[in-house]
Amino acid sequence: MKAGYRDHPAYWAFVLHRVSGVVLALFLPVHFYVLGLALDDASVLDGFLAWTESAPVAFAEAGLVVLLAAHLTGGLRLLAVEFLPWRDGQKSLIAIAGGVSLCAGLMFLLNAT
Amino acid sequence: MSDARAETRLWLAQRISAAVLAVCVVVHLATMVAAVQGGLTTAEIVGRVGGNVGWLSFYGLFILAAAVHAPIGIRSVLSEMTQMSKERAGLLAGIFGLFLAVLGFRAVLGIYQLGGGG
Repeated sequence: MKAGYRDHPAYWAFVLHRVSGVVLALFLPVHFYVLGLALDDASVLDGFLAWTESAPVAFAEAGLVVLLAAHLTGGLRLLAVEFLPWRDGQKSLIAIAGGVSLCAGLMFLLNAT
Repeated sequence: MSDARAETRLWLAQRISAAVLAVCVVVHLATMVAAVQGGLTTAEIVGRVGGNVGWLSFYGLFILAAAVHAPIGIRSVLSEMTQMSKERAGLLAGIFGLFLAVLGFRAVLGIYQLGGGG
């Protein structure tokens, strides 16, 4: 039997939620460590922050912003599915979550560059 | 505590922390988009949030919620997608959560103090 469940948007919403969750979890210690650089020597953090303004890093950061927004909107969808009365239009909710996430990334990128 | 009860509590902790994070992440996204406009520097960050009890409380809650939420998710991923037992996945995830909390609170408290707080 073919894996027919993969044809449903909710499967891909699950995959995106899982992948974004793992990436964000791995990013968090790095994020906190870098912020902690300020405590010992501000110039080290300043050097790092200057590096983040280069175009490739800004694009990577925008990618992280999209993943964060996607995990947020996907998570809100899950909370709604679990705690609110069932309603139709799950695919619409997934589409809205995706749209909002891309908007967040675009806003970040436009402001960062 | 039975396995089922422990799983239920973790599920609930995951959802409660998610609800807290939902609010924090919206604030964080808005702050990022606003703060990044002028370019980030240590002085800008310390000037904006350092010494401010409101931001200290916000980021303290944010880190606490993240340090609860992320490890529970990592535990699920490890136990569902690897051969690892639930006990071992829980242990590794717990260590990860402590690590996150220590690194996070260290950074947040430190930046608060750099701004003249505490």
